[in-house]
Amino acid sequence: MTGPRELPHAAEDLAMLELTWSEPGGFSGWLHHVDHKSIGRRYLVTAFGFFLLGGMLAAVMRLQLSRPDNTVVGPDLYNQIFTTHGTTMMFLFAVPVMQALGIYFVPLMVGARSIAFPRMIAFSYWMFLFGGIFLYVSLLLNAGPDIGWFSYPPLAEALYAPSKRADVWAQLITFTEVASLAVAVSLITTVFKLRAPGMTLNRIPVFVWAQVVTSFMVLFAMPAVMLASTALILDRLVNTHFFDVEHGGDALLWQHLFWFFGHPEVYIIFIPGSGLVSTIITTFSRRHMFGYLAVVLALVSTAFMGFGLWVHHMFATGLPQLGESFFTAASMMIAIPTGIQIFCWIATMWSGRVVVKTPMLWMLGFFAIFVAGGLTGVMLAAVPLNTQVHDTFFVVAHLHYVLIGGAVFPLFGAFYYWYPKITGRLLSERLGAWVFGCFFVGFNLTFFPMHLLGLDGMPRRVYTYPAAIGWGTLNLAATIGVLLMACGVVLFTIDAVRALRVGVTATDNPWGAGTLEWGTSSPPPHSNFLRPPTVAGREPLWDNPPDQPVIVGLRADVRDVLVTHVLDAEPDHRVEFPDSSIWPLITAIATTVLFIWSIFTPWGVVYGAVPVFVAMVGWFWPKIADEGGTQPWPIRHRTLQRPREAPSPGGAI
Amino acid sequence: MSEPRTLDVGALPPGAFGSRSLMWWGTMGMVLIEGTVFALAIGAYFFLHTRLPSWPPDGVAPPDLHWGTINTLILLVSLIPNELAKRAGERIDLRGVRVWMVLCLVFGVAFNIARVYEFSHLNVMWDHDAYGSIVWVLLGLPTTHIVTDFLATLVLAVLMFIGPIEERRFVDVEENSVYWYFVVLAWLPIYGVIYWAPRLI
Repeated sequence: MTGPRELPHAAEDLAMLELTWSEPGGFSGWLHHVDHKSIGRRYLVTAFGFFLLGGMLAAVMRLQLSRPDNTVVGPDLYNQIFTTHGTTMMFLFAVPVMQALGIYFVPLMVGARSIAFPRMIAFSYWMFLFGGIFLYVSLLLNAGPDIGWFSYPPLAEALYAPSKRADVWAQLITFTEVASLAVAVSLITTVFKLRAPGMTLNRIPVFVWAQVVTSFMVLFAMPAVMLASTALILDRLVNTHFFDVEHGGDALLWQHLFWFFGHPEVYIIFIPGSGLVSTIITTFSRRHMFGYLAVVLALVSTAFMGFGLWVHHMFATGLPQLGESFFTAASMMIAIPTGIQIFCWIATMWSGRVVVKTPMLWMLGFFAIFVAGGLTGVMLAAVPLNTQVHDTFFVVAHLHYVLIGGAVFPLFGAFYYWYPKITGRLLSERLGAWVFGCFFVGFNLTFFPMHLLGLDGMPRRVYTYPAAIGWGTLNLAATIGVLLMACGVVLFTIDAVRALRVGVTATDNPWGAGTLEWGTSSPPPHSNFLRPPTVAGREPLWDNPPDQPVIVGLRADVRDVLVTHVLDAEPDHRVEFPDSSIWPLITAIATTVLFIWSIFTPWGVVYGAVPVFVAMVGWFWPKIADEGGTQPWPIRHRTLQRPREAPSPGGAI
Repeated sequence: MSEPRTLDVGALPPGAFGSRSLMWWGTMGMVLIEGTVFALAIGAYFFLHTRLPSWPPDGVAPPDLHWGTINTLILLVSLIPNELAKRAGERIDLRGVRVWMVLCLVFGVAFNIARVYEFSHLNVMWDHDAYGSIVWVLLGLPTTHIVTDFLATLVLAVLMFIGPIEERRFVDVEENSVYWYFVVLAWLPIYGVIYWAPRLI
């Protein structure tokens, strides 16, 4: 199959290919997009927008706490603000932004023309957007959730939370979980079935591995919170008694279900972050990842262990001591795979030639902060200390050190790293150093004092404290820190907007990286790769010989995609992918109506299901008989093989 | 720069059945998600079980066996036309697909009707206590399942009658059958929990 042949791509072929893969223009065209780059971009921008909103809420909280007996906001609004802040950062920022990077970059990094199930990705985006708007409109209507981001019953039950606030929280969960489950299924299928020929399992980039592992975690973790929030809504709406002790229910059932999701959630956020660290460190150390296999296995084992330590969030509930010991051991054990990764990163840098550009600054910041957060994590795994500092600012400090350290620092590194690929322009290195400096110093100034405040007994979620207790100075320091972080974020945002127009034009591969996304132009063409690549090593741009084959034979007049085998990525068959479509949006609108309606009456689910069904039929129904890619009826000779027929030989790469 | 060699994939078939197809992976994703929901709901059932001194609580009879058992049998027998529809799909046999999908739908109507009777023979309402709540949810989840799978099968069957028919639709037929298998098999543990756990445990 391979051979020194003339490339058949004439210029008009390439023009047609680009036309086939392009998306309609204009606003109404924009609503039809299904291209993973387009959806990935708007996912990124939207998630970043929610990050700004969540950050502003945090700033309001810090202003309120900056001095004793402060009156910037009252207790009721404060409750809504901290709940919305936590909910935003977890469900509307951290998880979606990582998945957004997956949507944009996984197909490029595996050398595919598209993500699997592109219309489902578009649907996912609309659900995510509508869920977020729903939360913030509720907040503006004074109906923002006020029961904490983990919404414990009995506080969240109708008796103590009679307004619709708790329902808003519960349905926001449904919105975001539907969105992220759809992305997870798409990413898993993309990675297992759409890899470039030659990209065997042991050549998959670490970031892509991280996305696969995370996606599997999403599949197993998100159902728990969906089940829990559904049960909560049922309790509130139709008088079931899941969490009602008087009628045989138990509030601990909520905690088990919630943390069975909630702890893996931490790793759903951190594992993509660690994939980013591996990617960026490899590029800027100018060598292959040290201990690739160990790092990948560390990701997988972290995912497994992540499901075995949810009870450490419940040490204060009086569970049996044996159970607590088990979960202490599990919580300490999970430090091992993370430690392995950290040592592999150090070894990669140690044995490489490190180039310190802005993305690398964020990696160095990541090390400092994440390791500190990891250490307080090991402390919190111990039951006596955990019980002592439970629900204090010590926990707030810890979780921000791991989540901002483990996810936001790698993420900002990734913004700087991949911005040129997405936009074709570079961000400013000089401003970048300032952004990093403000954020790093501001972060530590904000959150380090919280350790001390927590050890001193300051509880979370109090809207103020008396002057005599002596917490004023540290709290003021924390507030100044937030302002410094905000400066960094504002500088970054200005630079990101400015560079779109006037940034230095980026080459295809400005950092000299080795993964496939840098093998196409910046920004990538509509079809991702004019000539889809094949792969001969872990870092194809470094390892491929100059005459490495490119793929020909995919049609230019339809969205033809090559499907490969799971293990060794040998070519298997081709699939025609769908064009742009309005149906994902219509389905998302119908689903949104159903979700919001169901807050007010259970009949909303029944009546609301009708438009959802109609929209899904519209989505599924073929537009016109296909003329080419597959055989039109009647079939003169069959082209599909039977399942048990031997797959066609793919040929050696 | 030397011109790269080429790998010509033009002769590869435009689709495939089974685990080679993308649809299969999408279906398996759904299976994993829904399977996890069911497993957790069963877990919640036994968690609540430990909170009550007697199960079912005093004064509540266990669900009547007959409708649940009849329905289980209907579901199991529906696997026969389901398998035949799957095989017809893999043969690209339009006539066979039509016949067996229609028969699947007949079974679908039957088990959806039987399900209504199942609800009325649970012998407890959802707002009675936590036992009633979890039993209704445990029966409600697979009901959502069979209703949506019935509707999906219906749409696909109508498409197979009025077209436009393309070869790749037969992959959809196959995957629809795979999902039907899951719907039926996932019901079995739930049947055991709803109807037999209160009697045996």
